[in-house]
Amino acid sequence: MTEDTESPAPGLTISCQEVVELVTDYLEGELDDATRLELEAHLALCPGCGTYVEQMRLTIDELGHVPVDTLSDQAQQDLVAAFRTFHSPGPPGT
Amino acid sequence: MQHDAPMTTSAAPLQMHDESGVPVPRAADGDDSALVDRLRRGEEAAFVTIVNGWSPMMLRVARSHVSTDASCEEVVQETWMAVIRGLDGFEGRSTLRTWAFRILTNLAKTRGVREARSVPMSSWAPADEDGPTVDPDRFRAPGDNYPLNWTSVGAPTQWHPAPEQSVVAGETRRLLGAALQELPERQRAVVTLRDVHGLSSEEVCALLDLSQANQRVLLHRGRARLRAVLEDYYRGATEVTA
Repeated sequence: MTEDTESPAPGLTISCQEVVELVTDYLEGELDDATRLELEAHLALCPGCGTYVEQMRLTIDELGHVPVDTLSDQAQQDLVAAFRTFHSPGPPGT
Repeated sequence: MQHDAPMTTSAAPLQMHDESGVPVPRAADGDDSALVDRLRRGEEAAFVTIVNGWSPMMLRVARSHVSTDASCEEVVQETWMAVIRGLDGFEGRSTLRTWAFRILTNLAKTRGVREARSVPMSSWAPADEDGPTVDPDRFRAPGDNYPLNWTSVGAPTQWHPAPEQSVVAGETRRLLGAALQELPERQRAVVTLRDVHGLSSEEVCALLDLSQANQRVLLHRGRARLRAVLEDYYRGATEVTA
């Protein structure tokens, strides 16, 4: 088995600085297979990048818990009242 | 079963389902034709569920087209009135939610034109949309033995306790909520709809008139900024604050 000194080992053709800019394409499933495999090989070797990607996931997870604005109670009650009126049965005896 | 599980993330596309009939947080649609039937029968509970579930996203979408909170609220109310009146004519060629959001964007854009805020998001001047998302000083020099890899002090360190742990969850969510408000508008709209409300990339592109590539750039920059905010918080929590 000969050492191929021309091509670096998997995971080493990509730098950490490149990884942090590819992380969203990676999480979105938008990387081509070759790039994705290279990135995953890098993550397996590099604790810093592993932590970075993990923190991106944690950030996304926490965003799912950030409180959101909604309609005022009054507006919601008005809408439910409008829905009720729209669906109220016609005059009796029909 | 329905514990406080993370809603989204990762490589897999967001899956939304609610076989149990229980409203799933924020974005789920459930069985659309059953929902439409219930609404047509006048089931108030079904209407309350979708008003509760979709209004926050609708307000966020409206915000991209009109200028004030009051206008947003009015646009969303008008949308719901149009949904109530139009339900019998709904043909089911899209999901009910997609149909309702189409009504919303039409109303919001019309309103935006009236308010002279008619410039579509896609043509807004880019803000903070290129350049590195992580400080280049955290990486080794190009001529180093390990070029452009983390320096020993630049590498991210793990967060303890994890952001979802109850001792820090309140603060991390408060920080993220505040940091979202500070993002450039396009990033804020995309990150909020994707990660806070759990919409798919396709939905967000359609609602905001963005290409997939542009949507991903905005998502990437916004998320990177928010991760950095949490990182600063954890660093501050572990170092002596100045």
